[in-house]
Amino acid sequence: MATVVGCVNTSHIPSIGKALAHGLQKDPYWSPFFNGFPPIHDWLAEVKPDAVVVFYNDHGLNFFLDNMPTFAIGAGTEYVNGDEGVGTPDFPPFQGDEALSWQLVNYLVDHDFDMSICQDMMVDHAFALPLKLLFPGLSPFPLPTVPVSLNTVLYPFPSARRCAALGKTVGDAIRAWDSDKRVLVVGTGGLSHQLEGERAGHLNPEFDKQFMDSLLQENPDWLSQFSSEDIIEKVGTAGLEIIMWVAARNTLQGPVREIHRNYHIPISNTAAGTQAIAPFNLK
Amino acid sequence: MKRAIPGTYILSGENTGKGYALNKMCFSFNNPANREAFKQDQVAYCRRFGLSAQQIRAIVDQDLLALQQSGGNIYYLGKYAVLLGLDVQDWGAMQTGLSKAQFTAMLYEAAA
Repeated sequence: MATVVGCVNTSHIPSIGKALAHGLQKDPYWSPFFNGFPPIHDWLAEVKPDAVVVFYNDHGLNFFLDNMPTFAIGAGTEYVNGDEGVGTPDFPPFQGDEALSWQLVNYLVDHDFDMSICQDMMVDHAFALPLKLLFPGLSPFPLPTVPVSLNTVLYPFPSARRCAALGKTVGDAIRAWDSDKRVLVVGTGGLSHQLEGERAGHLNPEFDKQFMDSLLQENPDWLSQFSSEDIIEKVGTAGLEIIMWVAARNTLQGPVREIHRNYHIPISNTAAGTQAIAPFNLK
Repeated sequence: MKRAIPGTYILSGENTGKGYALNKMCFSFNNPANREAFKQDQVAYCRRFGLSAQQIRAIVDQDLLALQQSGGNIYYLGKYAVLLGLDVQDWGAMQTGLSKAQFTAMLYEAAA
């Protein structure tokens, strides 16, 4: 049976793309963010994942308001990193993992998660940048991937409670997969930030830290007590992206250990966070 | 939305109809040829998508708050703002009434 080796959650700020393109990792502005990754690179080199499932939110590249799935999953042979009009660099297409995609689709629908199934979908910076951060310098990206997109554009948004259940079911689907693959799960976005409105620039380090701590509990359900409105009030409109972290973390079963965490304000207008978590007993 | 959050604009059943054409226009900026056509003649491009007179004025005036009040959403408006050469600290300053330096300083203060 397949294994979930762990999850890595990280911010996906578009300007990271420019920093990568210009090699600014050691620049004084950028180093407090990029310095959060080497310990995670070391851990990834040990656990050697051979496929990646990514929970992210599309920023108006693949999905528009004419068709807005709450939960969508890729089941394609490759995913093109399309032009989203915000000046982020484009990367070569990401390879799909059709067998894993269909294992997830079949298992999820069997367990009452009625996913939108996308055999051809483009992926934006929220999918691409975290993968480039985790496996730097490798182009094209070397591992097969499965994108899972959660709606944070058009209200009503999926609740934290539902995203936790989705993540748990994705984890169960991986563990039920007749394969010896080692699967890494990535959640992207957050932490607190708000780009729009008179409240632009809203940040909440206290809540961010409480949230990261909560993901280390054996039962990581702390965020489920909050509604979408509560979460937006606390961490900003775009801070709602922490539901991706919840989904990714809930793919892990049992006690966990923190491999590494990093937190820095500000990168762009965002509280930039990174946290890698692994099942306690898994090397 | 079950309750409004001051200073925060969320696309929902209450306002997404009014913003649809505006958001659709901004979504078209994923295509570089469309970005060029907008730059050539902003008003004509807006009319092609059926924006209201008020929305067209807000586009020309670069009034991000007015655009959001008329149903525009930041996920799409962001593409328009980048096309104008504005970064997210510029957006922050324009919406809060602070200077860009003040807005950036406010972000650093949150870290302290």
